[in-house]
Amino acid sequence: MSTMNTVGRPTTPNKVESKPATLTGGRGLLQDEHLIFESDGWGKTGVDLPEPKTSGSDLGDLVRKDPIGLPGLSEPEAMRHYVRLSQKNHAIDLAIYPLGSCTMKHNPRLNEKMARLPGFSDIHPLQPQSTVQGALELMDQLAHWLKTLTGMPAVALSPKAGAHGELCGLMAIRAAHRAAGNGLRSDTPRNKVLVPTSAHGTNPATAAFVGYTVVEVAQTEDGRVDVADLASKLGPDVAAIMVTNPNTCGLFERDILEISRLTHEAGAYFYCDGANFNAIVGRVRPGDLGVDAMHINLHKTFSTPHGGGGPGAGPVVLSEALAPFAPAPWVVSGEDGFNLVEFAEDEAEQAFGRLCAFQGQMGMYVRALSYMMSHGSDGLRQVAEDAVLNANYIKARLSDVMSVAFPEGPCMHEALFDDEWLKGTDVTTLDFAKAMIDEGFHPMTMYFPLVVHGAMLIEPTETESKQELDRFIEAMRALANAAKAGDVDRFKGAPFHAPLKRLDETRAARQPVLRWTAPEGSNIAAE
Amino acid sequence: MRYLPLTPDDRSAMLAAIGAKTIDDLFVDVPQAARREGFVDLPRVAGELEVERTLGAMAARNTAAGSVPFFCGAGAYRHHVPATVDHVIQRSEFLTSYTPYQPEIAQGTLQYLYEFQTQVANLTGMPVANASLYDGSTAMAEGVLMATRVTRRNKAVISGGVHPHYVAATETVVHAVGVETEVLTAAVDAEAAVIDQIGPDTACVVVQTPNVFGTATDVTKIAEAAHAAGALLIVVVTEAVSMGLLKSPGEMGADIVAAEGQSIGNALNFGGPYVGLFACREKLIRQMPGRLCGETVDADGARGFVLTLSTREQHIRRDKATSNICTNSGLCTLAFTIHMSLLGETGLRRMALLNHETAVATRDALAAIPGVEVLTPRFFNEFAVKLPKNAVEVVDTLAKQGVLAGVPYGRLAPAAGMDDVLLVAATETTTEAHIAALKTALAEVL
Amino acid sequence: MRFTKDHEWVKVDGDVATVGISKHAADALGDVVFVETPEAGKSVAKGDSFAVVESVKAASDVYAPVSGEVIEGNAALASAPETVNADPEGDGWFAKIKVSDASQLDALMDRAAYDQFLSTL
Repeated sequence: MSTMNTVGRPTTPNKVESKPATLTGGRGLLQDEHLIFESDGWGKTGVDLPEPKTSGSDLGDLVRKDPIGLPGLSEPEAMRHYVRLSQKNHAIDLAIYPLGSCTMKHNPRLNEKMARLPGFSDIHPLQPQSTVQGALELMDQLAHWLKTLTGMPAVALSPKAGAHGELCGLMAIRAAHRAAGNGLRSDTPRNKVLVPTSAHGTNPATAAFVGYTVVEVAQTEDGRVDVADLASKLGPDVAAIMVTNPNTCGLFERDILEISRLTHEAGAYFYCDGANFNAIVGRVRPGDLGVDAMHINLHKTFSTPHGGGGPGAGPVVLSEALAPFAPAPWVVSGEDGFNLVEFAEDEAEQAFGRLCAFQGQMGMYVRALSYMMSHGSDGLRQVAEDAVLNANYIKARLSDVMSVAFPEGPCMHEALFDDEWLKGTDVTTLDFAKAMIDEGFHPMTMYFPLVVHGAMLIEPTETESKQELDRFIEAMRALANAAKAGDVDRFKGAPFHAPLKRLDETRAARQPVLRWTAPEGSNIAAE
Repeated sequence: MRYLPLTPDDRSAMLAAIGAKTIDDLFVDVPQAARREGFVDLPRVAGELEVERTLGAMAARNTAAGSVPFFCGAGAYRHHVPATVDHVIQRSEFLTSYTPYQPEIAQGTLQYLYEFQTQVANLTGMPVANASLYDGSTAMAEGVLMATRVTRRNKAVISGGVHPHYVAATETVVHAVGVETEVLTAAVDAEAAVIDQIGPDTACVVVQTPNVFGTATDVTKIAEAAHAAGALLIVVVTEAVSMGLLKSPGEMGADIVAAEGQSIGNALNFGGPYVGLFACREKLIRQMPGRLCGETVDADGARGFVLTLSTREQHIRRDKATSNICTNSGLCTLAFTIHMSLLGETGLRRMALLNHETAVATRDALAAIPGVEVLTPRFFNEFAVKLPKNAVEVVDTLAKQGVLAGVPYGRLAPAAGMDDVLLVAATETTTEAHIAALKTALAEVL
Repeated sequence: MRFTKDHEWVKVDGDVATVGISKHAADALGDVVFVETPEAGKSVAKGDSFAVVESVKAASDVYAPVSGEVIEGNAALASAPETVNADPEGDGWFAKIKVSDASQLDALMDRAAYDQFLSTL
C-alpha cells in the first residue's frame, strides 16, 4: 500500500504501467484549444472604448452594413487562448533550435526593450526630420557598423527581408549595367545570372524575378563552386554571379578570390548571399573578397527575433560601383544634423527606385544595433569563432555514427550530414527528424541543400553552451544507434510525444481549407 | 560577453575533441589575404547599462507621437494597442520560434496564422487571405504582378489617389519585370478618372480607398468596368481600421486586396516593421504570393494546421516561383490577430466610428480657420486641407511649437505641384485638447 | 505507347496523341496534389512545357513529346489529381494533342527501351 496521511490523501505516487488516453483531449499542461471562431465571442469585446456619439450616417451608403464575422474575446480569455497556443511551439528559449542556414541564436531581451522606447517605436515615418534626429542617427550608426564589419563603402537599409535584399542587390546590378550601356534588353545584353546548384531557392527566384535567365554552376566533390565550370559559363552575356559564402554546405569557398577575379574580369558583378555571415563576422570582411553586393539578414547574424517567420530585415552593402544605384531613401549627415533623402536630388544619385513605402524595418535596426553595440568588435569576432567551434564540435562528435557530407577539412558554422549512414535501416531523414522532436529537440534543416541526398544541416550557433551541445549530441547518438539497431517503429510513427502526430500535407494541398467558415446551418454572422 | 556561454576551458576541451590546436585551424579555408588579425575598428563589448544610455539618448532626441498633439497619417496610423498584445508577442514561444516548418511543434504559430487569415478574409470581405507580406506597399506590387500572371496582360492602371510611396515601390519592382504602369493624375477625387483609362490590354486597375487624400469611395462601378474589360480590380487600403466602418473591398467587387495592417496591433515604428494584408478571390489562390496556412488532420485524425500550397514558393519552384518572397511578417501578424481578437466586431466598429468622429471634429475645427480650405468631402479618419502657405514650412514651424500637424502632400510627391496641401489624420488617441492645440497653432502661423 | 526521357508517354490514335506522365514519374513525385492541364486550342511545340504537376514538395513542368494543337486537356484532374497516381498511364492522361508532325514520334522510346532507360538512372 502507499503511504497515506490522516485524511486519506496518498503522498507517494502509485506506479501504473498503462497510460490511458485523456477524456477531453487535454494532456497535463497542454490544453486542447479551439479556434477563436468556435468560442461564444460573437458580439463580445475585450477593449473598453467610449461610446461613439454618432453612427457614421454622414458617410451614407459607404457604411458597412453586413456582419463582418469577427469574434471578440475578453482579456482573460485572450490571454488563455494565446498562452495555450504558445505552449504548442518549440522555441530557442526552450532548447537548441539547430536549423541550418537559419541561425537560430539567443534573442537578447535588451534589444526588445530598446526597440520599445517611445522615441523609436512611437515615431511616425513622415514626421518632420527635425523631430526624428535620433532615429536618423541610429540608422546612420547602424550603417556605420555594417559597413565597417563588411568592409564595404555603402549600404541600402530599406529591404525588408533577405529575399528583398537580394532583389535590391540584383536591381542595383541591373541598373549599373544599364548605365554602362550593357544591361538587360539593351544592344549587348547581359541577361544571365550564374547560381551554384547549392544556392538558397531565393537566389534563382530573385534572378528570374528581375528578368534574368538563371544558369546553374556545378559543384565540386568537396562541396564548393566548380571554378572551371564557372569560368566556362562567364562571358559578356553574364550580369552577375550569386554565391553564398560560407556556402549552404557550411563550407568556406576556398577559391573565393579567384571567383571574384574571374567574375570582374568578365565584366559581371559578384552578389554574395550573406545568410551565413554569422560564421565570419569580425574575422573576414566581404569587401576584401571582392563582393559587390551582399544582403545581411539582421534576423540571423544580428539576432533580431525570427518571430515565427518574420519580420526580418535585409540591408544590402554595396561596392563603390553599385553605391550610386542604391534605392531611396538614405540618410546623410551634415553640419546641421541628419537628413533623410527621400528622392534622388542630383545626377550623381542614380537610385533605381524605392523598395517599400517608408524607410525599412526601423524596429529591427534598433535591435540589431543594440546587439552589435553589446558585443562590440571583440564580441562579434568571438561570435564567429564560437559558432564555428560549436559546429565543428558537433561534426566531430557525430562523425562516427552519422555520415558527414564533406568530411575533409573543417566546416564553418554548420555541419552537414547526408543519409548514407541510414542506408538499409528503413529510416529516412524525415523519420529521424521527427524522432528528434520526441527527444525534445527541434530538428535540423533537412533535405537542404538539394545537392546532398537526404541532407541534414545542423547549425547550433554560438549561443549554445557546451552542456546543451553535449545533451544534443548524446540524444543524436542514441537515436542514430537506435536506427541502426533496427528500432524502426520509434522513427516511423514519430513524433509520439508532440502536441500532434505527423500531419497530412497531401490532404491540405489537395483540398485547401485556408480559413474558418461557419458550419452549415449555424446562424453565426460570418461571411 | 553575456550572450556567449562557452568558457575558455570549454573552448579548449572542444578544440581538443575536434583535433584542432587553435581556433585559427577552423578558418584555414579563408584565403590568407582575406584573414583579418585583431578587431575591426569599432567599440568593444558594452554592458546593458552602457547600451541603454547610448540608445536611450538617441531615442530622447526624437519627438514621440504620444507626447504631443499628433495628426500624421498617410499610410501609418497611431492607435492605442492593448497591453495584452505586447505581452503576448514577447512570449518566448512566439518571439523566438521560426517559420513553422515542423508543424508538430509549431501548432501555436500555425493556428494563429489560420485565425489571422480568416480575420483578414472577413475584414476585407474576400474569400481567402495569405499569412501576410512585408507591408502594404510591397503587397500592392505583388498584387499587380499577380494580376499580370492571371490575365496574361501587361499593363496596370493606377489611380491618382494611391499613396505615392506605394506607387513608387510598385513601379520599381514591376517595371523590372517589364510590366507597364499608367499612373493617373493625383487628385482628391482621382477615382473618377479611372474608368476611362481601362482598355483591352489592362491587366488590373489599382484604386485606394480611403485614398491618400482621405477620400472614401465606392469602387463598385470601377470593379464592373474592370471586369467588363477582362481586368482585375486591386483595392489598396492603407488604414485597416477603416474597414470596420466602410464597405469592404470584397463587397465592392475587388479581386485582390493589398492592405497595410499596421494600424491594428502594431506601433508606428518609424515605418517598419509593418504587416501587409493580402486577400483575393478563391479561384486565384494558385497565383497568390506568400505563405498560406491550411487545415488538415494528423495521423490520429486530430485537426491541425500546416503551411500549404508551397509549390508556388521559391524554395521549391526556384526560378519559376510566383514570387521570391521567403517570409511573412510573423510577429506583426500575431500582434494584429491578438488586437483584432480583443476588439471583436463590436470593438472594431466602435473604434472605427470613434476615429471618424474625431476626424470630423478635427475637420470642423480647421475649417473654421480663415484661409484653410477642406478638400476631402467624404473621409474616414484622414482628410486633406489646402493652406494659404507651403505645407512643409507650416508643418516644420508647428513642429517647433510641439504640434505634429500632419503630413504635407508635397513631402510624398514633391513634383505634384500640391505643396499647399496638408494631410491631417485623427484617431481614437486624439483628444479635444489636441484638436484645440492644432487649431490655435495653425491659426497663428497662417 | 511511347516514352520520352523526361518521363512523358504518348499514345497515338490516328493523328491524335494522348499524353501523360509515366508510372515511374508519378511514383517519383509522390502524392500528386495539383495538375494544370492546357486549354483546347493551344498550340505546342515539341519540348514546350504544356502542363504542370505538383506534389506537396515538388512541382514539375510536363513537356510536350510532340508538336501540335491541344484538342482537350483532362479537366477531371483539377478536382481529382490523385488519378495521376492511381492510373498514370490511363485515366491520368494530361492532354490530347492533334499531331502536326508524326515523324517526331519515331524518336521516342518504346516500352522496352524506356524500361532499359529507367534501369540506367
